[in-house]
Amino acid sequence: MSRATTADKAVNERIYEVHELTRVEGEGSLRLRVKDGEVIEARLGIFETPRYFEQIVVGRTPDEVIDIVARICGICPVAYQMSAVHGFEDLFGVRIDPQVRALRRLLYCGEWIESHALHIYFLHAPDFLGYESGITMAADHRPLVEQALKMKKAGNHLIKILGGRPIHPVSVRVGGWSHVPRVSELKEHRAALEDALAFAQETVKVVSGFTMPAFAREPRVVSLRHAGEYPFSDGRIVSSDGVDVAPSGWREAFEEFQVEGSNALHARSRDGKGAYLLGPAARIMLAGEQLHPLAKEALAASGYAELIRTNIYASIVARAVELVQVCAEAIDIIDAYRVPSEPLVAWQSRPGVAAWATEAPRGLLFHRYEVDESGRIRTAQIVPPTSQNQAAIEADLIVAAQQVLDLPHAEATLRLEQMIRSYDPCISCATHFLDLRVDEV
Amino acid sequence: MAHAPVAARPRVGVVKFASCDGCQLTLLDLEDELLSVVEHFDIVDFPEATSARSAGPYDVLFVEGSVSEPAHLERIVELRRRTRFLVTIGACATAGGIQALRNWGDHDAFRSGVYSNPEWVSSLARSTPIAEHVTVDAELRGCPIDPNQLLELLTALTTGRRPQLRDEAVCMECKRRGVVCVMVSKGIPCLGQVTQTGCGAICPRFGRGCYGCFGPREQANAAGLTRHFQMAGDRPREEIGRLFAGFTAYSEPFRSMVTELGGARTARGATTTAAEPAPRGGKA
Repeated sequence: MSRATTADKAVNERIYEVHELTRVEGEGSLRLRVKDGEVIEARLGIFETPRYFEQIVVGRTPDEVIDIVARICGICPVAYQMSAVHGFEDLFGVRIDPQVRALRRLLYCGEWIESHALHIYFLHAPDFLGYESGITMAADHRPLVEQALKMKKAGNHLIKILGGRPIHPVSVRVGGWSHVPRVSELKEHRAALEDALAFAQETVKVVSGFTMPAFAREPRVVSLRHAGEYPFSDGRIVSSDGVDVAPSGWREAFEEFQVEGSNALHARSRDGKGAYLLGPAARIMLAGEQLHPLAKEALAASGYAELIRTNIYASIVARAVELVQVCAEAIDIIDAYRVPSEPLVAWQSRPGVAAWATEAPRGLLFHRYEVDESGRIRTAQIVPPTSQNQAAIEADLIVAAQQVLDLPHAEATLRLEQMIRSYDPCISCATHFLDLRVDEV
Repeated sequence: MAHAPVAARPRVGVVKFASCDGCQLTLLDLEDELLSVVEHFDIVDFPEATSARSAGPYDVLFVEGSVSEPAHLERIVELRRRTRFLVTIGACATAGGIQALRNWGDHDAFRSGVYSNPEWVSSLARSTPIAEHVTVDAELRGCPIDPNQLLELLTALTTGRRPQLRDEAVCMECKRRGVVCVMVSKGIPCLGQVTQTGCGAICPRFGRGCYGCFGPREQANAAGLTRHFQMAGDRPREEIGRLFAGFTAYSEPFRSMVTELGGARTARGATTTAAEPAPRGGKA
C-alpha cells in the first residue's frame, strides 16, 4: 500500500512517499521531494533494525562465521557463506579439489535460481502486469505462476541436496564440504533442472514482452569478471570505467560512509566518481562474453541487449537471462560431476586479513575479516550489494522523478516503487554493518 | 488450541521484527502447496509478498523476528491486540535469535564505541523473544523453521486440531533415520541430545554436530552435556560455551551455559578468556 501524501506546506512542492516498501526483502521507505519541478530530496530510507553481525562474529572461528553470516539474509544465505569461505581459504592458503569448487558453483546456481525466480515472478512481475502480488497474479496467470514455483523449487532443491535445507544450508566448511552428494542424487534432479531451463528461456520471452516504463540513465557498473566463467566467486572486481582490483581488494577502490536516515551505510568509489550499479545488468554488461551459449542466445533474442544498459526497469530481462545461465550451468556441472576425492582438506589458521567478494544474486558482496593469532575473528566488515546500490538508486530516483511529474500522484508513487524493486533490494542484508568502524577506531 | 477452526477462511498476517526474512520466506518456499494454501487462508498482510496491506484484525498472525528496538515494544502489543491466534516463527521470534548474543555485552559501549553517529541508530540493549512481551498461542522453532512443520500447523489451523509437532531430542531423529552418531563415531561435539527436533537431523546427516538452531528441548540437561564435553574432549570452557552461543543462545538452559562458560562477546574486544591453540579444520 502506498500511503502517498500530498504536500501541504507549499503548493509547488510535491512529496512522493512510501512509508513501508512492499515486495522487497526487509524494511525500507521511499521519500522524494520535488519543488518547482526540481528534486530536492531523493531518499531510500532503510529502517530495518540493526543486528550487529560484525560485532557478533568477533571472537568466533572461521567455520562459526560461515554459519552466523548466513543469517544476514534468508534469500541469499549462500552468498554470505561463499564470500566468507573464499576469504578464509585465500588467507589460509587452502587448495580445494576442482570438484569441490564445482559443487560450490552448483550451490550458488541453486541460490540464483530460487532468488531470481522469486524476484521475477513474485516481487517484480506483478508491477508490470498490474497485480498486488504473485499470488493474486495466479488468479489470471495460474500456469505461469505454477511453473515459476516449480522453477524456484528446482533451485531450492539443489541447495537442499548440497546443504540439507534451502535456507541456511549447513555443509559449507573452510576446506570444502562436511558432506558431498552421490552422483545419483544430483542426476535424479537433472530432469527438474531441464524443466527449469526450458521455463527460464520462456521467462526471458515473457518479461521481454512487458511494457517497460521509459527511462534512460547510463550508470557506472561494477561486478566480478573472470576470464573463463560467468562471475560467481572468482575473478577480478571491475567497473565500466577502469576499476580493476582483486576480489580481496574492494577497499582499494571503494569505501563506505554513514548517511542519516538509513540504517545501512552507503558506498562510493574512492576515485570520486560516486555511485555505481551492481547486479544482473551490471554483470551482463561487464562479463556478458562469459554467458553460457543458451543465455547469450536468449539475450540476443530478447532485443534487450542494449536497453538493459540504460533502463533499470529492464533489469528484469537481465535477471531472466541469468536464470537461463544458472539453469544451464547447473546441468553442465551435474553432467561432469564425480565425487571429489578430498571433500574436506585439512587447513591451519594463520593470522592476517581474510577478504573476498563474490556475486550474490543482487550484486557484489564483500567480506573482510581480521583473524588473530589464535584463529579468531578480531574485526569484521561486510558490504552487501544493496548498500552499495543505494546511491545508484537515489541517482535514478532523481531522473525518474522528472518523468513522473505529470502522472497522477498514486501512479507516480507506484512507478517509483517499481523502480526500486528493479534493483532487487535486499534490505535485511543491507542493515547490519553499522559497526564496521570497529577496525578504524 | 481451540477444537474448531480459527475461522472459515482465516485472515492471516505475516509480519517481521529483527530477522533475516528466512522464516516468512519458508511460506513462499512451500512451492507445491502455496496456491492451495492461499485458497484456505486469506493473506491480508504480508509486505514481503504483496502490496495489499491490512492493519488487521487478524485471525492468525505469523510473527518473525525478535523485539530489538524501542518501537518494537509498542508494536508487538498493538499487533497482539488485533490478533486472535499469534504464532511465532523461527529462532529470532522464539528465542531472540543470533542477534541476542549482544545481550551479554554492554550495549551502550557497543554502540557508541563503533558508530561515527550512534544517535542516528536506535536499538534496545537486549534482543528478546516475542513471548517475553505478549502471549503467544503457538510457536514454530528453527533457524529457519521447517516447511513440513509449517504445513502441519497450517493444516491444523484449518481443521481446529492441535498441530502434531514432535517435542523430543534431535538424537531421536538420528536413530529413526539410522544416522550414525557423530559424537560417538567421530568425536564431533553435538547439541543433538539437548536440542528439540524438527529439522530432520540435518547436521548429523551432513557430517556435522547439531548447533542447536531449533533451541533447547524440554528439560534439556545442558549442564550434563557440558560435563561430558569437558571429560570426553578435554575442551576449554569457552569453546563449549561457544557451542551454546548460537541461534538460540538466549533460551534457557543454553543461556546459563553461555553465561557460565563464556562464548558470547561481552564487550568490545575479544570473547576469549584464555589463549588457545589456533583451530584446525578439515581432516587434521
